[in-house]
Amino acid sequence: MKRYSAFAVVREALSYHMGWERAWASPEPKKKYDAIIIGAGGHGLATAYYLGKNHGIKNVAVLEKGWLGGGNTGRNTTIIRSNYLQDASAALYEKARSLYETMSQDLNYNVMFSPRGVIMLAQTEHEVRGYKRTAQANALQGVTTEFISPQRVKEIVPIINLDGPRYPVLGGLWQARGGTARHDAVAWGYARACSAMGMDVIQKCEVTSIRQEGGKVVGVSTNRGDIACDKLGIVVAGHSGHVADMAGFRLPIESVSLQALVSEPIKPCMDCVVMANTVHGYMSQSDKGEMVIGGGADGYNNYTQRGSFHHAEETVRALCETFPMVSRLKMLRQWGGIVDMTGDRSPILSKAPLDGVFINCGWGTGGFKAIPGSGWGFAELMARGYSPLTEQFGLDRFKEGRFIDESVAAGVAH
Amino acid sequence: MLILECPYCGVTAEETEFHGGGEAHIKRYGPGSTEEEFNNYLFAKVNPKGVHFERWRHANGCGKWFHAARNTVTLEVYGTYTAQTSDIPQDIKDKVSAKVPGWSWREFE
Repeated sequence: MKRYSAFAVVREALSYHMGWERAWASPEPKKKYDAIIIGAGGHGLATAYYLGKNHGIKNVAVLEKGWLGGGNTGRNTTIIRSNYLQDASAALYEKARSLYETMSQDLNYNVMFSPRGVIMLAQTEHEVRGYKRTAQANALQGVTTEFISPQRVKEIVPIINLDGPRYPVLGGLWQARGGTARHDAVAWGYARACSAMGMDVIQKCEVTSIRQEGGKVVGVSTNRGDIACDKLGIVVAGHSGHVADMAGFRLPIESVSLQALVSEPIKPCMDCVVMANTVHGYMSQSDKGEMVIGGGADGYNNYTQRGSFHHAEETVRALCETFPMVSRLKMLRQWGGIVDMTGDRSPILSKAPLDGVFINCGWGTGGFKAIPGSGWGFAELMARGYSPLTEQFGLDRFKEGRFIDESVAAGVAH
Repeated sequence: MLILECPYCGVTAEETEFHGGGEAHIKRYGPGSTEEEFNNYLFAKVNPKGVHFERWRHANGCGKWFHAARNTVTLEVYGTYTAQTSDIPQDIKDKVSAKVPGWSWREFE
């Protein structure tokens, strides 16, 4: 694989840019792999990457029923932050955020990580207390955040309206090293790095059943034939329940559609990410100038990838109160992704009831920010059977009542 | 938008008038049950990609809980029925069987 660099641009210019090789190979599946990952989204590809890089397991296939990064990796609002309350969450998300800092160099692929800062607005007294507590917890966890005054919020985000009639801005939780990244590039960069290590990233390969013998996984059946494996990682987000059903177990997960929308592109007006959890809306500006807006999750199970219309209306209404200047913007596109919600709004990274199967799911409404940390921890779990990063996120925590309750802690937006 | 009919007051309305209550026909386990049973009752969801039987509340209406048979992929509603039953009405079962070839029925309690 040729490295990308400024010199490569000059070199390829000499042949009119006709000589660039494909970023990753599209091989036919082999008969057997040491490990198979189902799902070539960010989390699945990151898992494969760290299996190879950190643990030397390179005979790996990543199977994808659609196209690479075409699920939630390509459908999120690209926000990266690690200001969570619980220790286990903060450790995992901060690992991910710190890996994002050097990801472009590690992968030799520009993922456009932009640590532009993330503000979570406090708009009720309850939120003020909650975020002050989170800021204190983050200080102990080694995550740099601070609680800032409304005046600081206004300095950072001049377009904000502090004196909303119903929910005035009372302060904010500020993480200066949070930000955004180019979501597609994260999947593409990992896929290219995996392919360069000799791994097979196989698209349009849908797993139809999981084959087992004597209580142990032996492979999968796909629309492109049977493939054997020693270890199987299920990293399929919204379809986790569907694939777990093939392996014969149920998950504490319900799949719903979460939607997002973008406006027409406008000149730069907001150089950070603002999340307003009380009124349910968050917004940032992409490098193209579009305002990227995250909406609400549907209130009932579905696999529709579009979301209910009234959530778009509610989100836009909330943002018009918070940012009056957006009221005359036209919306360009709206879409939805199928998110896998657990009861405590924390993910599951765990061994599965079927021997040799590992499951990474339950990221719900906030998986993109965790991609590298999730891959790092899950690869360690698959390779060694234990990872300090994923220890608390086992499937058995529900039975044992050890919730990692970010839903009460409002570390998540929904 | 998702449109449902309340089987109690007969009102047909779109989803903002209702509130989803998750999976229906769950057998409840309490004191004396095994850990496994209690865990499954609380957490293990069917979460099907296809036909789903679920609870809804006519929140901005008569306020009563009812059941709906709905497809989670197409959002088609096969029918709604009262919550005073442990089994699914035969006409809804027939409709689902006719519309979703290969659908296999499990035991409902």
